[in-house]
Amino acid sequence: MNKAAEVLAASRKITRPTTLELIAAIFDDFIELHGDRHFADDGAIVGGIATLNGNPVTVVGVQKGHTTEENIRRNFGSPNPEGYRKQMRLMKQAEKFHRPVITFINTSGAYCGIGAEERGQGEAIARCLFETAGLKTPVISIFIGEGGSGGALALACGDKVWMLQNGMYAVLSPEGFASILWRSPARAAEAAELMKITAPDLLKNGVIEKIIPEPKEGLDHNLAYTASILKEELVKELHTLCQMDIEELLQKRYERFRKFGEFSE
Amino acid sequence: MNLFKKKNYIILDRRSEAPMPAPAEHEAPAVPDGMWVKCSHCKKLVYKKEMEPYSICPKCGGHFRLGAMERIAITCDENTFSELNGTMQAKNPMGYPNYDKIIAKAQQKSGILDGVVTGTCQIGGVDTVLAVMDGNFMMGSMGSVVGEKITRAIEYATSHSLPIVIFTVSGGARMQEGIISLMQMAKTSAALNRHAEAGLFYLSVITDPTTGGVSASFASLGDVILAEPGALMGFAGQRVIEGTINEKLPPGFQRAEFQLEHGFVDAIVPRPQLKDTIARLLALHTHKGGGF
Repeated sequence: MNKAAEVLAASRKITRPTTLELIAAIFDDFIELHGDRHFADDGAIVGGIATLNGNPVTVVGVQKGHTTEENIRRNFGSPNPEGYRKQMRLMKQAEKFHRPVITFINTSGAYCGIGAEERGQGEAIARCLFETAGLKTPVISIFIGEGGSGGALALACGDKVWMLQNGMYAVLSPEGFASILWRSPARAAEAAELMKITAPDLLKNGVIEKIIPEPKEGLDHNLAYTASILKEELVKELHTLCQMDIEELLQKRYERFRKFGEFSE
Repeated sequence: MNLFKKKNYIILDRRSEAPMPAPAEHEAPAVPDGMWVKCSHCKKLVYKKEMEPYSICPKCGGHFRLGAMERIAITCDENTFSELNGTMQAKNPMGYPNYDKIIAKAQQKSGILDGVVTGTCQIGGVDTVLAVMDGNFMMGSMGSVVGEKITRAIEYATSHSLPIVIFTVSGGARMQEGIISLMQMAKTSAALNRHAEAGLFYLSVITDPTTGGVSASFASLGDVILAEPGALMGFAGQRVIEGTINEKLPPGFQRAEFQLEHGFVDAIVPRPQLKDTIARLLALHTHKGGGF
């Protein structure tokens, strides 16, 4: 197994700590809020209000389970449109009350189903990209496990985008990539390597700004290690971002995504 | 009476015949080049002249897919289109094997340098920015060039206080450019956010097919969203959905009519009425108001 395939396996490990466990380990006073106010409450997206060092923040993220039963309730971490609309509702709420937003990403992608299409999966994701670009409060996005496609990007448009050491992020799953471009899903490991999905690769091309280390014994055996580093980094970064003038913050966020693209003319 | 008398003939020895041409060259019916086409909707053979000028099947009304230049010709007022960023070409951010050859082949097939043509023009006498995607170029997939040209077109519209019209056709993000393709969704959507903040009008026109990353970014963000009849619009590809839920999809699923029913497009406009509809919407949004 090459390094990228190892990371892919680690990011998907069923015992890997979830968004709710990270929230519990980093924040205090978490109150979970539910529903998108339009259709339903999506179990694949969780969110609410908490405090970080005594300051109110909004947290929202993709939730997976550790068992099949939990995963069915969480739709294996693949959000439906109502999940993205719930995310956006909580983020607009954060803007109204001047709370910074922290998002946690751990999804193989948005759900592909009839209902998801009927309720506008494309529109729901597009709206997240559009609204986050103009959201007048700081946003930090953190990849804690898998990051696949537009369904992950919907939560990853922050001022800063970080990744845990064994997180990954790709335009689509390496299996999908290999099956579409080479008609051979078995070449997923090769695809994973070519696609540059690991944290060091993404740091190099500017897709993420920071890698949060994981303990040698594995994240599932010592979450406290990573949680304390992440907490410290969040406090430091939010201190900087919250001092910034909103116009400057939005300009920097715009430039952060504006820079991507390689072409000649 | 010589009339019924058997003509003289010769017998050809098969071995003396010239070698047969490769069968591939003879598969098409022997009619003059390009005069007849098979309709992809009703599968009938159609006389090409009868489809002009809108490339619509005279038998079933099905809309054929148009290239960017054909679309510009039937949409802009005559001689008003002026191209922006017309020399931009792809590089290879992911180091995908033979990407330069894939690009060269697509350029040859489509006659354009990448999947979108952008510029300024007048439609019904109203100044506007226009971006037209082209399905002949790698199925209109969005990589760096498509994302950059569309973003620059939106930024041009914002800085010149102009509306923008975008015709979409796309299979989604261009996989050969990896994660950088995905970033184009965020980039174009952020540019549209600024255009909207400036109080300017964005008209999205969905053509067949508009899927994946384009449906999950600028295609779905129009102040008004029009669609051509029968155009497929959706986030997930149909085979992917069938693979996920393990059942066949109902007929008409994700088509423009389905999207109208579910509230995701404002109107379905047949191609012959499209220019006039766009012109009217542009005129309504450039009206200064204040008459009351």
